[in-house]
Amino acid sequence: MTTGRDRSMTTRRLDRILAGHSALVYLFFYLPLAVLVFFSFNDSRFANRWEGFTLDWYRAIPKDQALMNSVKNSLIIALESTAVATVLGTMAALSLERYKKWLGKRTFDALLYLPVIIPDVTMAVMLLIFFTQINQALGLTTIILSHIAFNISFVAIVVRARVSNLDPSLEEAASDLYASRWKSFRKVTLPLILPGVLGGALLALTLSLDDVVITSFVQGPGATPLAVEVFARIKRGVTPIINAVSTLMLVASILLILGSLLIQRRQGSATRGG
Amino acid sequence: MKRVICLLIPMALLAAACGDDDGGTAAEPVACEAGETDGNLDLYNWSEYIDPDLIPAFEAEYGVSVTETFFESNEVMLAQIQAGGAAYDLIVPSDYMVSIMAEEGMLIPLTKAAIPNLANLDPKFTGLPFDPTGDYSAPYQWGTTGIGFAYEALGEDFEPSWAVIFDPDPSYVGQISMLNDAREALGAALKYLGYSVNTTSEAELQEAVDLLKSIKPAIAKFDSDQYEDDLVGGEVMIAHGWSGDFFFAFDDTDGWEDFGYFIPEEGAVAWVDNMAIPRTADAVCTAHTFIDFMLDAENGAALTNYNFYASPNAAAAEFVDPEILGDESIYPPDDVFERLEFIADTGAFELKFQDAFTDVKN
Repeated sequence: MTTGRDRSMTTRRLDRILAGHSALVYLFFYLPLAVLVFFSFNDSRFANRWEGFTLDWYRAIPKDQALMNSVKNSLIIALESTAVATVLGTMAALSLERYKKWLGKRTFDALLYLPVIIPDVTMAVMLLIFFTQINQALGLTTIILSHIAFNISFVAIVVRARVSNLDPSLEEAASDLYASRWKSFRKVTLPLILPGVLGGALLALTLSLDDVVITSFVQGPGATPLAVEVFARIKRGVTPIINAVSTLMLVASILLILGSLLIQRRQGSATRGG
Repeated sequence: MKRVICLLIPMALLAAACGDDDGGTAAEPVACEAGETDGNLDLYNWSEYIDPDLIPAFEAEYGVSVTETFFESNEVMLAQIQAGGAAYDLIVPSDYMVSIMAEEGMLIPLTKAAIPNLANLDPKFTGLPFDPTGDYSAPYQWGTTGIGFAYEALGEDFEPSWAVIFDPDPSYVGQISMLNDAREALGAALKYLGYSVNTTSEAELQEAVDLLKSIKPAIAKFDSDQYEDDLVGGEVMIAHGWSGDFFFAFDDTDGWEDFGYFIPEEGAVAWVDNMAIPRTADAVCTAHTFIDFMLDAENGAALTNYNFYASPNAAAAEFVDPEILGDESIYPPDDVFERLEFIADTGAFELKFQDAFTDVKN
C-alpha cells in the first residue's frame, strides 16, 4: 500500500511531466510563429540570415498596392463569409439537435459533413463549374459564396457539440415560464451555446483567411486575397514583407480572441451576479 | 514562368468535360485597330512579373484602367478559362500551355494589324514550336533552366556542364538542390546523357532515372520555391533552377560576386511566357493595345531591367541595362541558344515522366 506522502509525490511527478509535455506542445505550436515574427524585423530579403533590426518591411506595406489590395479582399471575404456561415451553421446545428424529426433530416445530416470530407481540389472544381453554369462572373462574390459553403459545415459541427451537451430542461423551464420560442432562444439557448458559436465563428474566420486551393479556382479579376497572393509570390521567393503582414494579422487575431474572451468573461460574471 | 507538376490537369479536364464547352471550336478573331481601346483591362499575370511603373504608364496613355490579378499555376488558370467564368482580357501562359489552350479553342486569334510592334520581335522568337504561326500568342519574356552556384564550390575555373550535378565534387556533395518538377529534373539528366528533354523512349528515360537515383545521396532536396534563397543563404552550394530567380536573388544580396549562373554546355531547357487573349475576354481591343504596348522597345527593356528575364524583343536591346545584355547566361550567344530546347507536350508519355520522377524521389 502506498502512503499518502508517496501518492502526493507521484502526483507531483505526474504534474511535472504533464506540464513539461504541454510546454513542448506550445513550443511546437508557437515557435514557428516566433520565427516568423522575428524575421519580419530582419534587415535582409532572405529569411535564413539575420542581418540586423529594421522596420523597413512594415513601412513598405502601405506602398505595396497589390498587397494592400489583397489584405482588403481577405478581410472583406473573411468577415462576410464568417457572418453568414455562423448564422446558417448555428441554425443547422440547432435544427439537427433540437427538432427530433423532420423530412430529410438524416440526409441533411450526412450531407452537412460532405464539405469537410471531400478534398479541396474537388470542391474547387465543383464550385468553379457551378458558378460558370449559373453565369455568375468570378470575383469577390464567388469567393465569399464558396467560403460560406465550406464554413457552414465547420460552424455546424462546433456548435452542435455544444448544443448536444445542453440540458434541454433549461429550455423547457423557459417555456413553462411562458417565454416565447424566440425569447427562450435569445435569453436561454443562445447565451448557453455562445462559446460554441464564437468558437465556430473563429474557426470559420481562420479557414477563410487560410484557404488557397478553392479560392484560386474561383477568384476573379482584382479579387486576389492575401493567401493566394502570398502563394503566387513564393514563386519569386517571399520577402519579409509577407512576414510583416502576417505579424500584423497575427496581432489582430490575438486582439480579436482576447476581446471575445473578455466579453465572455464579463457576460459570465454578469449572469452569475444577476 | 515555372512549370508546376501537372497534378491539376486531370481536374482541368474534368472541368472541360462538364463545362459548357463548344467542343474546341476556334474562337473568332476580332477586328481591332492599332491603339484602339474598348474598355478596361483585366490582366491575369504571374506575381511580380511586370515593372510596377508600366501599368500606370499604360493607363495614362490610353485612358483605361488595368486590374492585375495573379495566378500561381498554369493549370489553375487553364481550368478557370476552360470553365468560362473568368472574364480576363489578357493572360500570360507558359509555352506548353499556349499550345494546349490554342488546341482547345480557348484563345482568340491575334489581329496582327493591331500590334505593329510585333515587328520588334527577335526572329528567333517567331514561329516557336508551341505556336508556329504566332496566331495566338506574343512572347513576353523568356529564360533558361540551368545551374546556380557559389564560387566557393566551383572556383573560378570550371567546366560549365551538367557534370557539376551529376558527377559532383566531394566537397559539395549533399549541398545540391534540384527542381521538384518531373520534366525539369529528368530533363537535366537527359541532357547530360545527350538525349532530348522531349524523349519518348522508355530506355532513355530509364537511363535518366538510374542516373538521378545514383546521385540522389548527393542531393539535399528537390525544391522549386526556395532554392535561390537557399543558395544565397548558404544552405546549398549548387542549385538547379530558373535563370531569372537566381538573378533576382543575387541582386538582393550584398555578395552578388560570390554567386553565378550558367547554362550547361550540353544544352538545357528554355521556356517562354506569352501574352494571349482568352475567348472569354471583354476588352479584346484593349488587350491588343496592351500587347503592343508591352512589345514597345523601351517597355520591353523595362521588363527585363525589372525581373532579369531576357526579352524576346530585339528592338529592346538598346534600352536594356548593358550589364544584363552582356551577361551570356541571360542573353546566351547563338551557339548556346541552338542547344536549348523547349519542353513540349509529350502526350501520353507525360504520365511516364511523372511516374519516373516519383520513382526517383522514393
